[in-house]
Amino acid sequence: MVKISKTQELAQNIKLFEFDSPLIARKAQPGQFVVLRINEPGERIPLTIADAKKEEGVLVIVFQEVGKSTRLLGTLKAGDTIMDLIGPLGKASEIEKFGTVVCVAGGVGTPEIFPVARALKQAGNRIISIVGARNKELLIMQEEMQSVSDELYITTDDGSYGRKGLVIDELKRLINENVKIDKVFAVGPVIMMKAVSETTRPFNIATVVSLNPIMLDATGMCGVCRVEIDGETKFACVDGPEFDGHKVNFDSLMARLKTYIREEKESMQLFSKHTHSCTCGGK
Amino acid sequence: MAKINPKKTPMIEQTAQERVKNFKEVPFGYSEEQAVEEAKRCLQCKKPFCVAGCPVEIDIPGFIKAIAEKDFKNAIKILKKKNVLPAICGRVCPQEDQCEKECVLSKKMEPVGIGRLERFAADWEAASGETDIPEKHVLTGKRVAVVGAGPAGLVFAGDMAQLGHEVTLFEALHKAGGVLVYGIPEFRLPKAIVQREIEYIEKLGVKLITSFVVGNTQTIDELLKEYDAIFIGTGAGLPWFMNLPGENLNGIYSANEYLVRSNLMKAYLFPEYDTPIVKGKQVATIGGGNVAMDSARTALRLGADKSMIIYRRSKTEMPARIEEIHHAEEERIQFEFLTLPVKYYGDENGWVKEMECLRMELGEPDASGRRRPITIPNSEFRIPVDTVVVAIGQSPNPLIPQTTPDLQVGKHGNIIADEKTGRTSKKGVFAGGDIVTGAATVILAMGAGRIAAKSCHEYLKTGIW
Repeated sequence: MVKISKTQELAQNIKLFEFDSPLIARKAQPGQFVVLRINEPGERIPLTIADAKKEEGVLVIVFQEVGKSTRLLGTLKAGDTIMDLIGPLGKASEIEKFGTVVCVAGGVGTPEIFPVARALKQAGNRIISIVGARNKELLIMQEEMQSVSDELYITTDDGSYGRKGLVIDELKRLINENVKIDKVFAVGPVIMMKAVSETTRPFNIATVVSLNPIMLDATGMCGVCRVEIDGETKFACVDGPEFDGHKVNFDSLMARLKTYIREEKESMQLFSKHTHSCTCGGK
Repeated sequence: MAKINPKKTPMIEQTAQERVKNFKEVPFGYSEEQAVEEAKRCLQCKKPFCVAGCPVEIDIPGFIKAIAEKDFKNAIKILKKKNVLPAICGRVCPQEDQCEKECVLSKKMEPVGIGRLERFAADWEAASGETDIPEKHVLTGKRVAVVGAGPAGLVFAGDMAQLGHEVTLFEALHKAGGVLVYGIPEFRLPKAIVQREIEYIEKLGVKLITSFVVGNTQTIDELLKEYDAIFIGTGAGLPWFMNLPGENLNGIYSANEYLVRSNLMKAYLFPEYDTPIVKGKQVATIGGGNVAMDSARTALRLGADKSMIIYRRSKTEMPARIEEIHHAEEERIQFEFLTLPVKYYGDENGWVKEMECLRMELGEPDASGRRRPITIPNSEFRIPVDTVVVAIGQSPNPLIPQTTPDLQVGKHGNIIADEKTGRTSKKGVFAGGDIVTGAATVILAMGAGRIAAKSCHEYLKTGIW
């Protein structure tokens, strides 16, 4: 059993949880993830580590309530416990002094890229961050990103904050303005990571993406997270989750992410029927 | 002495028709009368060959004699002296290649049903509700860590606890049991039975910590600061694929994934349990071992109209247990022998819809002694499928070798350990089971756990490596 020590709603359907987990917190490095399981019938959910407070023994994750399991997780409060928290898993980000690094994040990719950006900053890189959200309300962790970035650009789809448009527009602008970019890190929706990789490819800018395929055990045992990298099959859980964006077969990843779309819907409907009045606020 | 029945006393099982619709165990096990009847077939040899055929050297004539005398309590006591997991071994050991193969009767008739009797004794104890906990040796004050709560780790942990050491058993998954819980299906090994055996290990004094990934949560070197010795039994957890075109299409599983979903995560109970599984109608399982049989039979129980085994050699070369092949045949699993998949075709949404195969013929024997399969040119044909399970084997899990630089590893990623002692290249670190041998059987892993425990106890006493 692992105790939730703090919960915070960052935006609608986006929550930050802190767990008492000294062992995992002590070991966690930027780019790694954990797997959690809420209760006995629960599934194993992989979530990227947003932060680790080593002295306090606290592990921080941020998640978006998209399906049954994350909705259920969202109903838990500080003091509640979950059955399992497993990690840290996956390889850590490659952190070294590259020069100028552009960190591109969309949606809940922002809390995931934050520890990477911070480590890169500490390693002496100049950090240009581009953070995107659908609208102002969904924009999260702006202050934190500001604190580790030399420059921060924000985009919203509807123009309600920052520049109207997509993160990719800002990245293109930087490239067009001949800003010298040594490396790009991109974390967010697959479609965004694909677009970032396609944008940097003609300019040969090294691009790292953090992949989020379906996972089960997440220790290399099942192979559900297999991704095609440069024509070769890799397991994202042990060989990744970060890969060279120019080598990833994003279309295969997108198709594989839809494997259980029907079951996810069924689960969600059942869950909504049981808990209608308390989770969605009538929306 | 009465004439010996040439056949084993039959064990009643669910009919094939009935059982493919449920996940309940197939055989029901012996009644007391049946067990006694079977036990009386044993000749009580003075020099019992069966014992030599048992990797953990159970006093087989001894426990069988106790059953024949209806002293079931003594029977289980004798079994547990050498085997802490009798309910499991009675069900999944390949007895036909071990103890029963050596049984004197087997020269002229069916051997004594040793496995069935072992299972009977263990189930009798469980039903009686009383479990004898053997007396512990004096506490030694030594601390031992066990990595991986599968068959090798469970036996090592149980033995070391009984020898008076303080044992902590680390398991990466959220449930202990290893392949016994994630791999072998409910209908072959009910999970309640595994749970009961694990509780017994805990009663011996073993402290169990689940969801702890040694290598990641803490490394072997970090554990060595707190423990006097470590046993690694992390198994063969890395699934093989064939690297065929289209192998990453949706609906194509490794056997590990398919079985972990169904067994460990109970996906067959979706949506009551949250983990889903594709309930295919045309399912092809590739491979000829026990894992392939388990996968194909699971597919039937999940509602497949057609469940096929695709195997590149012929029936004679299949590594699966005879009993499992027999059960699969009874359940109308379709066998496609001498068939090799070469390519998968998908639909517009990325789901597998067809597999292309080649026909094979058998040539000269290869390194394994089995006749090598050779492809027949231009024999391509296609099979319509909506689910494929790749069950062609697995290799040792690399997490620990990767994070323990001075641990010597073989070319297949297996940890190098002395066969007779389980000792690795690293002082104080022992290893056994599939992580050393590559994928093998439950009982061999248990035997390795036992050997390592003996040697580890010696090491803790003398400090000599």
